[in-house]
Amino acid sequence: MSQTISLTLQVNGQPVTKAVEPRTHLIDFLRNDLALTGSHVGCEHGVCGACTVLVDGDMVRGCLTLACQLDGAHVETVEGLTESGAIADLQAAFLQRNALQCGYCTPGMLVCASELLRDQPQATRAEIREHISGNYCRCTGYEAIVDAIEETLRSRRATSGLSKEVA
Amino acid sequence: MASHGGNVKLLAGGQSLIPMLNLRLSAPELLVDISRLDELRGIKLEGGVLKIGALTRHVEIERSPEVARLFPTLVQAVREIAHPAIRNRGTIGGSLALADPAAEWPAAALAFDMTFELASARGTRTVKAAEFFRGLYDTALGADEVLAVIHIPVPKAATKAAFGELSRRSGDYAIAGAFVNTQLVDGELQQTRIAYFGVAATPVLARRTMTALDGTNGDAAAIEAAAKHLEADLDPLADLYNSRATKLHLSRVLLKRLVASFAG
Repeated sequence: MSQTISLTLQVNGQPVTKAVEPRTHLIDFLRNDLALTGSHVGCEHGVCGACTVLVDGDMVRGCLTLACQLDGAHVETVEGLTESGAIADLQAAFLQRNALQCGYCTPGMLVCASELLRDQPQATRAEIREHISGNYCRCTGYEAIVDAIEETLRSRRATSGLSKEVA
Repeated sequence: MASHGGNVKLLAGGQSLIPMLNLRLSAPELLVDISRLDELRGIKLEGGVLKIGALTRHVEIERSPEVARLFPTLVQAVREIAHPAIRNRGTIGGSLALADPAAEWPAAALAFDMTFELASARGTRTVKAAEFFRGLYDTALGADEVLAVIHIPVPKAATKAAFGELSRRSGDYAIAGAFVNTQLVDGELQQTRIAYFGVAATPVLARRTMTALDGTNGDAAAIEAAAKHLEADLDPLADLYNSRATKLHLSRVLLKRLVASFAG
């Protein structure tokens, strides 16, 4: 168990090389080895979505991925998405709509929603709900979260000229 | 793998195996990460057979134009597998090799008469889905074998297929789910295959029900008569929320809905 595997990958655009125990989950690697504590540990068996991060652009469960599987991968966390400004509008909408209370699920929600914003600019409310169905929130009842994501989709469509509403 | 006997696990997408490791339900001596073997990944059409590499992720199948064209029912089913984040990493081969009786792919394999290529240092052999699933989480895979490629015969002009599952919340395992795959020739059902999941210790072909539907037009009376055989075909175990009777009832509901979607 004390055996380690050398790992080189990109985390939020920065190259990282570390020796990890094979048993280390991606979420523990990010939080404990790299001090990126934005992504949270929730259920630790893939149910709650609090540990959601992007691996090579796709959202994954940080608790269902071993760090040693990711040599050469590009990992992006809520810290990276925040610093680049990629989700600044989404974060503002979360604040404005009270889409968070305790905030524990919020980093996972934001990462999850960022994938939807990128891949499904025309998503309906039902599609938003389906997309975030793997991320639990025990405070808000989801309504405000769906509102915030919908609002961000709408404003991005308006800005990019994709919207019928502005035509 | 051979030298470690049975105490080896292959790590594909890890979306079932890693939770089992996390919960200490599985504790293999050796974990072999095969998730990046590109040779086992990809979808191609060859001689009337769609071949899907075992490490192809659910999301890749969900987005494949080839699968959408030939098997819209399978795309519909893939979208019911857990949540998008799980589908981004989980693989078809991992799901089939684990053989969870409540999962979508094993039942789909029975309904669509899939064949599996099993590879080992000894060579490659093929096994029909109907001979692959042996018991609860038990398959025909030998200790030294890897599920490599999944073969799905492409549908004929007369093929009609339907899928449905009933669950408490989106992304939950199904309480009961089913695939129907049949030939509708001059208004008559032929070579009907109906596979259920979540209602027995393995994915299960409802053989008596299938036979009862063959030769009928699949109308309400024919479905009603065929549904009487489900009790003998299925062996549902009660879970925390649903009794055996509930699961049988829901299985009949599914049969009615699915057959009525294209026949009668």
